[in-house]
Amino acid sequence: MKSSVFWPLWGWPLAIAILSAVGLIGALVGDGAWDWLAWIGLGMPAGAALWFGLRGR
Amino acid sequence: MTPRTLRAWSWLHKWSSLVSTVFLLVLCLTGLPLIFHHQIGQWLGTEVVSPKMRADAPRATLDQVMAVAHDRFPSKVGMYVSQEPDDDTVWFVTMGDSPTAATDLKQVAVDARTGQPLAEPKLDSGLMVVIHTIHVELFAGQAGKLFLGGMGVLMLAAIVSGVVLYAPFMRKLRFGEERRDRSTRVKWLDLHNLLGIVTLTWAIVVGATGIINTWADLVITHWRNDQMAQMLAAYRGLPPVTQLGSLETAVASARAREPAMKIGFIAFPGTAFSSQHHYGVFMRGREALTERLVKPVLVDAITGQVTASRAPPWYVDALLLSQPLHFGDYGGVPMQWLWAALDVLTIIVLGSGLYLWLGKRGPSRKGLASDLRSAAR
Repeated sequence: MKSSVFWPLWGWPLAIAILSAVGLIGALVGDGAWDWLAWIGLGMPAGAALWFGLRGR
Repeated sequence: MTPRTLRAWSWLHKWSSLVSTVFLLVLCLTGLPLIFHHQIGQWLGTEVVSPKMRADAPRATLDQVMAVAHDRFPSKVGMYVSQEPDDDTVWFVTMGDSPTAATDLKQVAVDARTGQPLAEPKLDSGLMVVIHTIHVELFAGQAGKLFLGGMGVLMLAAIVSGVVLYAPFMRKLRFGEERRDRSTRVKWLDLHNLLGIVTLTWAIVVGATGIINTWADLVITHWRNDQMAQMLAAYRGLPPVTQLGSLETAVASARAREPAMKIGFIAFPGTAFSSQHHYGVFMRGREALTERLVKPVLVDAITGQVTASRAPPWYVDALLLSQPLHFGDYGGVPMQWLWAALDVLTIIVLGSGLYLWLGKRGPSRKGLASDLRSAAR
């Protein structure tokens, strides 16, 4: 797939997938700052769903 | 992608979803209250709360704790003694008619400082127990667990095929775009694609760790027959212990062996987590990561001396580390709410998928193929 096609299609999904994974693993590793990392990381899919899902509804 | 491979992926997405959707909906709906089981327990008044005391208040011995429990249920024998990871002020004593009993178990919660009984948590009735049993095994025992594990595998197949199909559907659209000028069906399709792709990582992780958890009993059994049996080889053939030695002495020996760890649970001789001749003292670490792992210390039930202690094999560690990733109980209350939000989003993905399938059975007979043609326009 050419990059001009790939990034518009997969850029956001890839970013959200990676941030989710960082979040899921973060809180497992430690507490405190790691928890914040987890909340922000895993907040991305929830936030994106709300932002794009509710827009204009 | 050739039309032929596209049809194959569509077929996989349709059937893996269709077969599993109803069960996945049950899992999502029963899982939602389970995320908050501690809070619900507090709200229902079933959560055991110990009175506030100074952290260095003197502690009752475990022999006193057991005496209190035996006093309450004189005909039953001790099976397990445990503590919640975040609260060392309460001992939960589980008792049964025999060390291997599976039904009619009783539990007594005893204050670890005063040795006073606090409560008798119900192990086999109550709304949360019913919800938990549905979620874990559909009231069908080990077969139910393995069946739900199979539904989990189908879910993963549906997710992977869904990601493959995301590309042809979304090629002409911006991320998260909803085609408002089109039919209700197209709007639901756009929402299905959006929510499906953003919940991707979470759904894979929760699905995969759920599948792993359905094998938990089998993994533990294998460990017991393999490594635990080796640790106990010297005791093979000895007659079972009739008069148990002091539990307090046994646990003190285990603590002395692993001073940096805390008690997770203690298994009485004859249970699934010990031997006929040993107390199995299962120690936990104190850090976020090591708190999830256990290390068994086997203590001779008569002398109170440590017989053996060995870290479990990798597959037991993997099982234990997979559990928080399924339960979402490892990053505080915000993590519980995120788990709940993603669970609800997954319900919408499942519901919209079902709607899209049902919709195409009407007179217009639209399906995945026709959706694809319209997406490509």
